[in-house]
This record gives sequence, structure tokens and C-alpha cells, in this order.
Amino acid sequence: MSGALAVRRFDAIVVGAGGSGLRAALELARANLKVAVLTKVFPTRSHTVAAQGGVAAPLANSSEDHWHWHMYDTVKGSDYLGDQDAIEYMCRRATEVVVELEHMGMPFDRLENGKIYQRPFGGHTQDYGSAKMAMRACAAADRTGHAMLHTLYQQNVRASTQFFVEWMALDLIRDPQDGAVLGVTALEMETGEVSIFQAKATLFATGGSGRMFFSSTNAFINTGDGLGMAARAGIPLQDMEFYQFHPTGVHGAGVLITEGVRGEGGYLLNRNGERFMERYAPNAKDLASRDVVSRAMTTEIKEGRGCGPGADHVLLKLDHLGPEVILQRLPGIREIAIKFANADPIREPIPVVPTAHYQMGGIPANYLGQVVVPEGAGHEGIVPGFYAAGECSCVSVHGGNRLGCNSLLDLLVFGKSSGEQMIRDLRALPRPHRSLPPEAGELSRARLARLEGATTGERVADVCNDLRRTMQAHCSVFRFPDLLVEGVAKMKAVAARVGRICIEDKSRIFNTARIEALELDNLAEAAMATIVSAEARKESRGAQARIDHPDRDDANWLKHTLWYSEGSRLAYKPVHLKPLSGESIEPKVRTY
Amino acid sequence: MKFTVYRYDPDKDARPYLKDYEVALEPTDRMLLDALVRIKAQDESLAFRRSCREGVCGSDAININGKNGLACITKMADLPAHVTLRPLPGLPVIRDLIVDMTQFFKQYESVKPYLVNHEAPPERERLQSPAEREELNGLYECILCACCSTACPSFWWNPDKFVGPAGLLQAYRFLADSRDLATSERLDNLEDPYRLFRCHTIMNCVDVCPKGLNPTRAIGKIKEMMVKRAI
Repeated sequence: MSGALAVRRFDAIVVGAGGSGLRAALELARANLKVAVLTKVFPTRSHTVAAQGGVAAPLANSSEDHWHWHMYDTVKGSDYLGDQDAIEYMCRRATEVVVELEHMGMPFDRLENGKIYQRPFGGHTQDYGSAKMAMRACAAADRTGHAMLHTLYQQNVRASTQFFVEWMALDLIRDPQDGAVLGVTALEMETGEVSIFQAKATLFATGGSGRMFFSSTNAFINTGDGLGMAARAGIPLQDMEFYQFHPTGVHGAGVLITEGVRGEGGYLLNRNGERFMERYAPNAKDLASRDVVSRAMTTEIKEGRGCGPGADHVLLKLDHLGPEVILQRLPGIREIAIKFANADPIREPIPVVPTAHYQMGGIPANYLGQVVVPEGAGHEGIVPGFYAAGECSCVSVHGGNRLGCNSLLDLLVFGKSSGEQMIRDLRALPRPHRSLPPEAGELSRARLARLEGATTGERVADVCNDLRRTMQAHCSVFRFPDLLVEGVAKMKAVAARVGRICIEDKSRIFNTARIEALELDNLAEAAMATIVSAEARKESRGAQARIDHPDRDDANWLKHTLWYSEGSRLAYKPVHLKPLSGESIEPKVRTY
Repeated sequence: MKFTVYRYDPDKDARPYLKDYEVALEPTDRMLLDALVRIKAQDESLAFRRSCREGVCGSDAININGKNGLACITKMADLPAHVTLRPLPGLPVIRDLIVDMTQFFKQYESVKPYLVNHEAPPERERLQSPAEREELNGLYECILCACCSTACPSFWWNPDKFVGPAGLLQAYRFLADSRDLATSERLDNLEDPYRLFRCHTIMNCVDVCPKGLNPTRAIGKIKEMMVKRAI
């Protein structure tokens, strides 16, 4: 690690090649800009590929629907923590981006009249929360994310987007004068070489941090890399305490079973064979919001009505849908259930438990993808040259709890809007690259040099497992005050151990031990943000369910959390209650 | 459980070798990927790709006791007591179980794997009947893991000239799409002694596909389209 790092210059760089990164890249490639997309896995390996049930858009192909209703459901689903201007923006652009995706070749399922097939999903209602469900989830069987990611990659092949595959971004480079982002350092996994990618516009589309929990639907790669890079560079992380537990992960394996199963008519049973969701959500039942269903399941299990010898899960029944529906609409989950649960859902129910799934929080950004941080007296000063989209960002359209199918929509809308904004900014300010500060790349070099030089210390696998066990035990579906306090202390100890990681493998070539060590730095930032923010928020809202504060407290807590890595400091900022048009949706008691 | 694993790190090994591991598996280690993760906890220098761990991302294709498959959906219970793991055959090895897939993706890209329709798009979705959409089943589900192409002797011989089963499956995915208007260009692109016609229906691709897809059938359909167009 000596000598200056090679510098590669681009107009724009996109870090991450999942749904939002690819959607943004497409916009940028079509604008004839010099763009690089950095991704630590081949684009079609990104975690968007695992999304199953659908992408939300009020196409009204099968039931009456309006963007107003979609917006209402999203605000209510967010437990009123979502920013209403951003939510309106997303819902109003939903039809456009989904239709556009269809034009790109997305193999949506079809209705008899040839239009896109849509199914009901949790929390999707007609007429502002009535008992009538809206059919809003546009689906390609139960492989919607796979079909979408491949379609977007295909279009990028067509647009000749320049990819740097198996390059892991390491750190943000900022201008010490005004904090503007000037690019990133990145490691080429195949050779071990580190370069600086200098750009006038840098988009993070790096996905979530679901690997922080022991039981997770998330892929190995979801280690919160963008969050770690942002946090180390002094950018706060927003609303990280709001982590979604999906009701139906396969018991013991964690693999996701789509909510689309319940959208198609499946339901949950406890050990008495009771359809217990009728008690918790009399109207929406099994299609209540995810936070509501996950809490109900956890309560059933805790009160001794779980299934199996350990009474530690509930059952998802769908055999009554018949083989035809299952084979046509849910073939992927049948494959998963057979492989991971030894259960063929055509004949028997699937054992499921709430499983860590989606991070509502992230890098604070507005609906144009611009990263915003407190500055002077203001809450939302724009960080020049820095953008974020997708799960790594907090726009915030999901607030305290995300509705199913809004994640794929988020990727499309904000991938596109951030790409558009980057183009506008690049065109408005035609200027040469700023010069890099002399210390550019030093942080990455120091991190790598420490790993290179360490001869004794902690093993990655041990520390990572302790991190995941701590988060699972202390910051899960229900949150207990004493466990949170203890969890924060434990996470601080884990974070200290992360700084003492030692890898024996010093090879330059595709050193996955080194990659995992670098990922752990990021995961630790995300986990610390999550548990510290959860401990501090003394209320229950969305996915944050505190035993000691069971109610939502709008008077004191209708505000976004901001966590800073330095000193693990917290700050807060107001929620955007005003939409772009029309009246605010006022907070009220949330029932389904 | 005993594993024999192909090892090669060009940074320090003069040549590849096989290394034995004895691993005590836990009851929760149901899939081969779980065992690989456990081996890596013993010996962190073992390099392999992995991500989704549920058979949809296509990262962890390897050669398992002589047959290509995905580690994450290969059940330990279905394997014998001694398992030998090698990188996918026919592609250059970067390190250990990680192969260089450049040639594989080059062939994939060569079929223009994207919808071509130059007509002005309607305001809403293009219409497609359920029967037309049905034609894409068994094609669009491909995860580009390369199990098929690297099990194909024709691809081993001519990886630069023969598109291979994965690429041809995707070629047919767009030929079969009622919305695609580039049929004749797509067929022209494959009208070549190698690109399509090196398929000798050995059907290793069908045998190994972890998603149960049938590239040989798709290749047959393309050949049929060629014949129909000729007469």
C-alpha cells in the first residue's frame, strides 16, 4: 500500500447495481455522460433479484384504484413517519415507471384482456383505508424482483453502460472545504488493487443491512456498505430503528415467502388451527401491514400457541388455493418450501416466523435523490455531488413501516429521479472536476494497511456472529427497555472488536476474507445506528414496538432520527407532513 | 463429513491442488453452502462466491462430485459422505472455486438479450395475452449461473464461437416474446456454423440446470424457426 492511488475520472458514478442503481444508470447512460457503475457482485446477483410478490402501482387493471388511495395507504402504513411530499411523488410516478418497465420487456403476468396482472397485498386498500382491498401489486409470478432486475440489466447492456463488476467501494471522498462528495475509493476484488473513482456526481444505491440480524431474509451481500461509508464520512443515518420483520420467513432457514401468498388467499394458523389474524386485524386480517402481522405472530408464539415441537413458529396455509393457482402464481415459493421446509404447499402448510427483512431507514435524501443533512439552522442542506436511492436511502417514503411492493416501486421511481437530478446538476454546472484533497484515499489505505499488518486479533466470523446474535436478541420485533440498554453496551463491545479484526489470508487475489472484514466495518456502523436509535425512541410506531411505551406519541416523537457515527450522537428533524399538493393526511389511530 | 476442495491462489500457489477438510456439521447446516461457510470459518482462505443463499442469484455455481449445481440449494442429505468440490469446468480459474465468467457473459450479450420494439410505445402497457406470456415460462427464469454452459462439451471446445445453452435460452426468450419485433435479425445473428449449430443435443444443460429449465428444447425451437423461415 504505497505510492499514490490510480485515479479514474467520470462525470458520474453509481455504487451498486440492484434495481435503483440500474434504473439510475440507464437514465445516465442515455444522457451521453461518462458513467461508471461499481458493484461488488455481477449486477443480476444483486438482492433485488430475491423480491417476489410484486411492484405497487395503481394501474386499476383489476380493481378501481387511484394514486391518492395508494398515497393514503403508504402514509398510514408508515405510521405517519413517512414524508408526505415524497410519498405523493412516488405514488404519482408509479404508473409511469411500471408501464415503462413493461415497455423495456418486463415479463409481467397478464390478465385475459392482455393487461398487467395485479394481486392484493398487505395494507393496499380502496377508498382511503376501507375494508375493500385494492389489487395494486403488479406481478411476474412470484419472481417479480428477478424479472425486474434482469430487465433493467438487459436495458443497460443495450445502453452499453460501463460496469466495474466485483469492485467494492470502500470510502467516500469529500471536499474538506464544503463537504461536497468527490467520489469513492474502490477495491478490485480480482487483483486487490485500490483506485480512486473521481466523479462530479456520486450515487449510492448500495442496498440494505439485513445481515445484522441472525435470522434474515437478506443475502450475504447486504452488509450496509453505503451506510458504513456515509457514516464514516460524517453523514448521519436516518430512522435506522425502523427495521421491518417480514411475517413469513421459512422457520429455521430465514428464506422469504412472499406476502403474495396471502394476497392470493393464503392465511396463517396457530397450533389450535385458529386463523388468529381475525383477532388482531378484523378487516384486513392476514393482509394487515407487516409490522402488525409480525407482532401478532410473535404474540401467538410467546403465549404458547406456536406450532411444532418447540411451539416456535406458525403455519402458512395455502393448499386450499389449489395446485393451479400455486403452480401458476406461486411456483417460486413452492420450490423454496420444498427445498427449505420439506413441505409441498400444494398439500401442507409452510412453517414460518417473522424474519428480518427491510431497512426503512438509511442515508437521508429527498425525492430527487439528493442527500440532505442538517446545516446551520436548517435540517436539510444538500450535500453537493452526493445522491442516494433504494434501500440504502431514507427519502422517507416508508417511515416506520414499509408496505409490501413499495420497495420495488421505490427503486424504480427514485432510481429514475436521482438519475434525472444528477443529469440536471451536471448540466447546470458544467465545470471540470474539483481537485482531490491530498488526503483522498488515506482512510481506505489505513483500513487496508491495518488488516495487512495485523498478526493477532479477532476473527471475522466470530465477531460477525456475535453482532448478529446481539441484534437478534436485543432489537427484534418487540423491544424491551432493559434489553435495549444492554444491547447498546454489547454492540459497543462488538464495535471495539471490529477494530481488532485480524485476517490470516493476505493474498491480493480475490481475497474474500478481506472483503468480509471490510463489510463488517460497514455492518457494525449500521447495527450501532439501529440499536442506539431504537433505545432512544421512547414510543411505539411502525416497526419500533416498545413494551414500556406501547403507544405512538405524536406530541414528542413525530420526528425523524438522525444518528451520527462520531460519538454515536443523535439528532432529530421534523417529518414533512405537507404533501406536494392537497391536504396533509393527519395522524390518527392505526387499525386494520 | 469429509470434503475435498480444489484450491489455487495464483498469488502463492505454483499449481492447483486438492485439499481435504473434516467438518463437523450442525443440524442447521442443511445445504452445501452452509457446509462451505463452516469450512471457511475453519480456513478463511477458501474463496467462493455466494449471495442470496436461496437459488435465485446464481452466484454459487460449482462442480459438486463431478456435476454442476448451486451450493445453496444442494441438500447435504442428498450428498454422499465424501464430497469433492471443484470450480465450474471450462472457464479460467481466478482463485479456488471462483472462475472468470467473462466469456460466458460475452456470449450472453452477443444474443442482444433485450426487448427490441421500435414502434412508438403506447401510453399504457403493451398488451400480451396470457397464452403469449406463457411462452416465456421456462425461459425468463434463468439466473445466469453458468451451470449449463460449463457442462456443455460444445462450449468447452468453442467458448468463443458457440453461444452456449444459457445464451441460446435467452435468445429464444426474446424470439418467443410477442412484443419483440427483431425476429429476423435475431435469427440472422445465429445463422452460423458455430453460434447455434454446435449444439449436438448432448443435453448436459438440461441435466444440470438448477432451475429445471430446458435449453435444449429452446435451441430446438430456434432451429425450427430457422427451418420455417427457409421454406
